[in-house]
Amino acid sequence: MSILRRCCFGGVLVALGQWALAQPQSTFDTVGPVAEMQLDLFMLTFWLAIGVFVLVAGALGYAVWRFRARSQDARALPPQTHGNTILEVSWTIAPAILLIVIGIPTVRTIWQLEQRHFRDEEVIEVNATGHQWWWAFEYPDLGIVTANELHIPTGTRIHLNLRSEDVIHSFWVPRIAGKKDLIPNQDNSLWIKSNEVGNFYGQCAEFCQTAHAHMRFRVIARPPEEFDAWAERFGEVSSAPQQVSSNPLVSQGKELFKQKGCAGCHTVEGYSEGKVGPSLTDLGDRTTIGAGILPNTEENLAAWLRNPQALKPGNYMPTLWREDDPHANEEIEALVAYLHSLHSNGRMALQDELHDMHEETAWR
Amino acid sequence: MAIDSRGVAAPRQGLLTRPSAKRGLISWLTTVDHKRIGILYFLAGFIFFVAGGVEALLMRIQLARPEQEIINPDLYNQLFTMHGTTMVFLAIMPLSAAFFNFLVPLMIGSRDVAFPRLNAFSFWTFLAGGILLNSSWFLGGAPDAGWFGYAPMTGVQYSPGTGIDFWAVGLQILGVASLVSALNFLVTIVNMRAPGMSLMRMPLFVWMALVVQFLIILAFPALTIALFQLFMDRTFLTHFFNPVAGGMPIMWQHLFWIFGHPEVYILILPAMGIISEVLPTFSRKPLFGYPVVVLSGIFIGFMGFAVWSHHMFTTGVGAAANTAFALTTMTIAIPTGVKIFNWLGTLWNGHIRLTTPMLFALGFIAMFTIGGISGVMHSVAPADAQQQDTYFVVAHLHYVLIGGSLFGLFSGFYYWFPKVTGKMLRESTGKWAFWLMFSGFNIAFFPMHLLGLTGMPRRIYTYGESLGWNLWNMMSTVGAFILAFGILVFFYNVVRDLRSGIRAGNDPWDARTLEWSIPSPPPAYNFAEIPYVEDRDPVWYKKHPELGHIEETDRGRTGDSEVRMAEQVNSYSQSHGIHLPGQSWYPFGVSIGLFVGGYAAIYHSLPMGLFGLLVVIGSIYAWAFEGVGGEHLDPSQGAHHAY
Repeated sequence: MSILRRCCFGGVLVALGQWALAQPQSTFDTVGPVAEMQLDLFMLTFWLAIGVFVLVAGALGYAVWRFRARSQDARALPPQTHGNTILEVSWTIAPAILLIVIGIPTVRTIWQLEQRHFRDEEVIEVNATGHQWWWAFEYPDLGIVTANELHIPTGTRIHLNLRSEDVIHSFWVPRIAGKKDLIPNQDNSLWIKSNEVGNFYGQCAEFCQTAHAHMRFRVIARPPEEFDAWAERFGEVSSAPQQVSSNPLVSQGKELFKQKGCAGCHTVEGYSEGKVGPSLTDLGDRTTIGAGILPNTEENLAAWLRNPQALKPGNYMPTLWREDDPHANEEIEALVAYLHSLHSNGRMALQDELHDMHEETAWR
Repeated sequence: MAIDSRGVAAPRQGLLTRPSAKRGLISWLTTVDHKRIGILYFLAGFIFFVAGGVEALLMRIQLARPEQEIINPDLYNQLFTMHGTTMVFLAIMPLSAAFFNFLVPLMIGSRDVAFPRLNAFSFWTFLAGGILLNSSWFLGGAPDAGWFGYAPMTGVQYSPGTGIDFWAVGLQILGVASLVSALNFLVTIVNMRAPGMSLMRMPLFVWMALVVQFLIILAFPALTIALFQLFMDRTFLTHFFNPVAGGMPIMWQHLFWIFGHPEVYILILPAMGIISEVLPTFSRKPLFGYPVVVLSGIFIGFMGFAVWSHHMFTTGVGAAANTAFALTTMTIAIPTGVKIFNWLGTLWNGHIRLTTPMLFALGFIAMFTIGGISGVMHSVAPADAQQQDTYFVVAHLHYVLIGGSLFGLFSGFYYWFPKVTGKMLRESTGKWAFWLMFSGFNIAFFPMHLLGLTGMPRRIYTYGESLGWNLWNMMSTVGAFILAFGILVFFYNVVRDLRSGIRAGNDPWDARTLEWSIPSPPPAYNFAEIPYVEDRDPVWYKKHPELGHIEETDRGRTGDSEVRMAEQVNSYSQSHGIHLPGQSWYPFGVSIGLFVGGYAAIYHSLPMGLFGLLVVIGSIYAWAFEGVGGEHLDPSQGAHHAY
């Protein structure tokens, strides 16, 4: 019986473990050293926790069963024990020993994760800034500013300078690293590294008002060569808008971008300098829109432009067309064409591939 | 002052006449009887508890399935803010206070608390704060920045409405009530114990009450200051927390959590005290290792002030601070573990009766163990970086606050209901209530561990359906409704058995402490004669003289002067009757003044503020000069039930 029970318990744990490993924001399915170190500590405490719980719950269950009042007990009193010094001293010391077992690796890991100087190692600096409700990612050494998608090379340490422009946010990519808060007037930092190629989900973890649930992002980890190519091509993207497009729809969209006021809030390098909303310089290369909530398809972008509040309630993007505006469809089509033209030609293929990957696990 | 033939002061006449209604609304509004005030705390606490519970169920409905739009994000944010604030300040704290009020004087052999009118003031001020806070729902929207209210989100720039003002002012008023009540109980426990009841003979519940009063007195001032600064920032545009003007948002977190962590122990220690009374009674054994359990409670309370930054492991306080706070937090697991082992030691070799209060107490041990263990997991700062602000924390805190605090309070409720009302709660219904709550609670909150570890953050009003959280969220919602149903069964149990429950004698459980030596419900004066305490668990040893005294003490050696005083009091009472303090309108009046003043602060109304201030000052003045009053009751003329 007890073996059967143990197997059942083990079976449940294994099944739960497999389920937990398969989830897109699982803290168990780690791809980088930070999340890995954190998971190691978690597993240590987890097994000790199971042990302690089985011990306590077992003793509790046994005591209740073994010492339940029986009818013949009605008159006699049980032994009136007041305590037992040896027992009490030993169950004070036992948890202390367990805590030392947990405490030593805890302290070691705290200092390892707070280390900021790495010799003989290339470190990429990124300024990650939280806004209600999107993320700005700036690579000061590469001259790149993008939003909501953090591109990183695999196997390379990324040093994130975490800042906030408004309220407190928290940067969290569960498969890569535990969270760190972005606090106004405070310079926080975090290093991350991914050893695997992939698109990893991130999400703001500190409550930041209305659209907190929709303040998501992606970390896109690629082999270093691909990352370098991406960084290089980013320059092409930023120069793309200056070229006159052969597509009249794109030209119309480009005009509308200024007419409808988009330029007041959004930066498109070389064309507009708005700082309220996310940079759109490379929007055509992005896999998602709305801070990681929708795949960046033409339909979704059109729906977003039509009524951003319906897709992400509370966000600061205004609704630009009245419901009965006869020009709405045409203008939205042109804007979508323009925004999707903001890409490097070389990366269209990659974008298609990302879309395919993404469709399977889309937020909506 | 006129003295009548029995040497009793006649009440003064005129404006400052003390009210004397014994029944009806006025008697409740003016009562200073700790037992009546305790009952008022129970009533108000349970009403707010239901409100907080409904808020929770609404959230669970919204989260039952992914991407639902039943509740919009702004309303959702108000719901979780009010749920947290309500459950902490308006449900668990006042329900604990209800037990303190009703029981502490009875357990220490006293006829009331040290300051009966202040006690009434605490209750009415608590109620005023609670009503003010909840009135925000109807006055432009409830607060929506979380029960923790992190700056700069609470500043006027990001929260221009009045919701945060209601929160800041409401909590400030509640803080006044808590502080006054804490001082009152501190003085009561230190000074009003019956002769012979040394500190180490106090019931464990009273010990934990004592520790909690210290925690309140030392922790609430930090919140008072923080709320005052927030209020200044919002009202007079100061810059304590405004980053644009160089303010420090992180300061709020330090101030809030140096209050907030002791607050956690303010919520759990009373429950620990309750089950430390229930377990011995239903095991028919003394508490195992009483001195160590007392010391553990004191140590937990003390360490509560040294761990606040573990709520801030991810805020970038640095490796040194994280190391320090990780280690201090771990230290708390030691006294907590000691308590659990001592409770097990109490059960061991006992004659265990599985009554409803005992079931809740045993449920407490099991559930609190889970909550305690996940607490140790949080103390591991690097691992906590993955858990902070996720549903793992939601699971942890509910295991501590429902599986811990609430189960403890329910245990106490079933245990002392006969003492409070004179009626027994039917056991069969009680067991249904327990098993429904126990299973519903675990179904609702256990899956949250998994949700948190697979990346679900707290305080999100919806989530994508591809993130893997659908099943557990649905399960959690189902569990929440089972839990709510269990609580309904509990209310049914209470309402039915208040009317038709069988009468409880003085001591229906074969219990151990002083309150079981007097009638149920207790007479207005509690003890016809001030008892003399020779043991821990005095009632138990009176019932079992064959056990002898546990301590080598006798009447001659302990507290000679106390004994003489008690004898004097008792002989005076026999000839003159027992003096009971007079009722008073003024505590209620001061609270009304604070209530009006609160709205004035929220709406920046000077005339209203002056009016409130006038009511406060006028009531305090009248309070100070209303004279002795009171009445004398003669116990030999039959029991005087106060309610």
